Amino acid sequence: MLAAGASAQNLNGAGATFPYPIYSKWFTEYSAAHSNVKINYQSIGSGGGIRQVTEGTVDFGASDGPMSDEQIAGAKVKVMHIPTVLGAVVPVYNIPGVNKELNFSGDVIADIYLGKITKWNDARIAKDNPGVSLPGNAILPVYRSDGSGTTYIFTDYLSKVSSDWTSKVGKNTSVKWPTGIGQKGNEGVAGMVRQSPYSFGYVELIYAVQNKMSYGLVKNAAGKFVKASTAGVTAAAAAAAKSMPADYRVSITNAAGAESYPISSFTWLLIPTHSTDPAKAKVLADFLGWMLDHGEAEASGLTYAPLPKPVQDMVRKSIANVK
Amino acid sequence: MSSPRMTTENESGSGLPNIVPAPPAKFVSDPNPVSSAPAAPSMIREYLNNCDSGAMADKSFAAVMLLCACSIFAIVAFIFGILVVHSHLSLAQFGWKFFARSAWDPVSGDFGAFPFIYGTLATSLLALVMAVPLALGVAIFLTELCPQVLRAPISFLTELLAAIPSVVYGLWAVFVLVPIMRDTLGPFLYKFFGWTGLFEGANFGVGLLTASIILAIMILPIISSLTRDIMTAVPNSQREAVLALGATRWEMIRVGVLRNSRIGIVGAIMLGLGRALGETMAVTMVIGNHPEISKSLFAPGYTLASVIANEFSEATGDLYLSALIEIGLALFLVTIIVNAIARLMVWAVTRGAPARVH
Repeated sequence: MLAAGASAQNLNGAGATFPYPIYSKWFTEYSAAHSNVKINYQSIGSGGGIRQVTEGTVDFGASDGPMSDEQIAGAKVKVMHIPTVLGAVVPVYNIPGVNKELNFSGDVIADIYLGKITKWNDARIAKDNPGVSLPGNAILPVYRSDGSGTTYIFTDYLSKVSSDWTSKVGKNTSVKWPTGIGQKGNEGVAGMVRQSPYSFGYVELIYAVQNKMSYGLVKNAAGKFVKASTAGVTAAAAAAAKSMPADYRVSITNAAGAESYPISSFTWLLIPTHSTDPAKAKVLADFLGWMLDHGEAEASGLTYAPLPKPVQDMVRKSIANVK
Repeated sequence: MSSPRMTTENESGSGLPNIVPAPPAKFVSDPNPVSSAPAAPSMIREYLNNCDSGAMADKSFAAVMLLCACSIFAIVAFIFGILVVHSHLSLAQFGWKFFARSAWDPVSGDFGAFPFIYGTLATSLLALVMAVPLALGVAIFLTELCPQVLRAPISFLTELLAAIPSVVYGLWAVFVLVPIMRDTLGPFLYKFFGWTGLFEGANFGVGLLTASIILAIMILPIISSLTRDIMTAVPNSQREAVLALGATRWEMIRVGVLRNSRIGIVGAIMLGLGRALGETMAVTMVIGNHPEISKSLFAPGYTLASVIANEFSEATGDLYLSALIEIGLALFLVTIIVNAIARLMVWAVTRGAPARVH
């Protein structure tokens, strides 16, 4: 609890755009419940969030991808990763005459973006979709041209399921796409796919759900085709929770488990481990506790997947280290 | 061929009374104006007489103006300096070869600006090729041929076009131009001009050509409204003189108007080019954002401004950031070089034959 009479606390945070809707809801509600605390959050992107928090210009950061070892080694301010909610990335497509939800294997998606599968009636796509008559038109792969956590999660997944992808492209917030065209933002990719016949793209699950777009099923590590849902994403997180490292820097793409949706990821808050201002650290710790008690329950209302129970318990212990 | 000669004769004829018409009479300030003033001073003279010596004020005014002028140098030098300082990592890693390399791989940290420079120049120049004739046509029609009723609405709409934000152009391009390009214009160009090799490969509606068209539409109002203003400034005596010599209307426009306003027109084109080079939002939405160099205008491309806008906020890693800032430096240099070339061209065209405005 904050000491009575403590002056008003202003906390500034910056980072990922993907969790911005839920963060902004949380910060507003938290400030309403704690009249002397005001939390400002600027969604400037994960890269910017990491830069600003490690240079100490903001009190906390947020990122869709975990910081790399080099980034941690080079950081002026040491931070800890606290997972908050989960998101997923789904494949979208536009094939005139095909209304059925299509199945995609990870290696097929990788080869579409590598330019190895160029036609919709390719034998490998047909194999995953028995009974669907696919046209012989050329596939137009569409990707995110702006650096984004969505691209990070997507390429992280492709790196796990395709060795070709790992050696030729790799994973990052933006990569060197071998083929296709780039569009800015989820709305750019979705708009392009919607109006370009025979195109293929990827967007965040939340975006697809809110805009009532149909999207494909993806084959998970257990060999089952799964349709993305908040439940499937939380299942993937629960499967990964057993081997959760202490610093939470874990990729849960291609997670084990029959129910797990394979292109899922945590999004993290980046909290300085040793704040220069103990009062601020106290507020942050209190906020994180509030997030577990109240915030997580609100996540699915905004189509974010909440943290699975075991991870929540782990986070509760970690909060004690914020000082 | 005969018309220019006739103008020259006409001019030399009319210029006969003044022996030396070319250098305008210099305002040689009288060394001692006050003493030579007549007895009944005008109000201005009286005011000046009551003031202290203007020498000090004159000097400080000149100094302030000089400072203003120098601030331009300072700003350019400052921008250049900051760009160089912040791109030192990338400059050290790739050297000046950065501008000629084609790689752009954030994962392995391998960067080069060439595809972006190509995309920027290709789209801007193509846009000029499309926009300049159209803009000149609009301007000529408005100043020389347009019936009074049409003049105001066309002028108003031209200026309205210039005021539309670029993101609106981008949206329009995505929803209107891209489908037209994909389904109608693209196949047409392939069918009739495919032999040029410029319209090959898959046409998805986005690419260099679509970006150039939207740029052309965006710079059209700038060039045409400036050109119109410049042409309006040509004195009517010029037109009347040429017509009086028996010129047709087109000859009058060519000899009397276009020839006299060509420096201004080049200036207008350069302003349009400046906007085309730096345009970000609308181009990003339709160019395809794929850094490759292809002969085909259907192929996707990427521009310097677009890659900065797209990747800066999520750029992780110092070298990546540094490379993006060096892309900014490349854009800065491209703009300077293109402008310098344009100035040289103006100089080459006008030297020896100064524009005849009066």
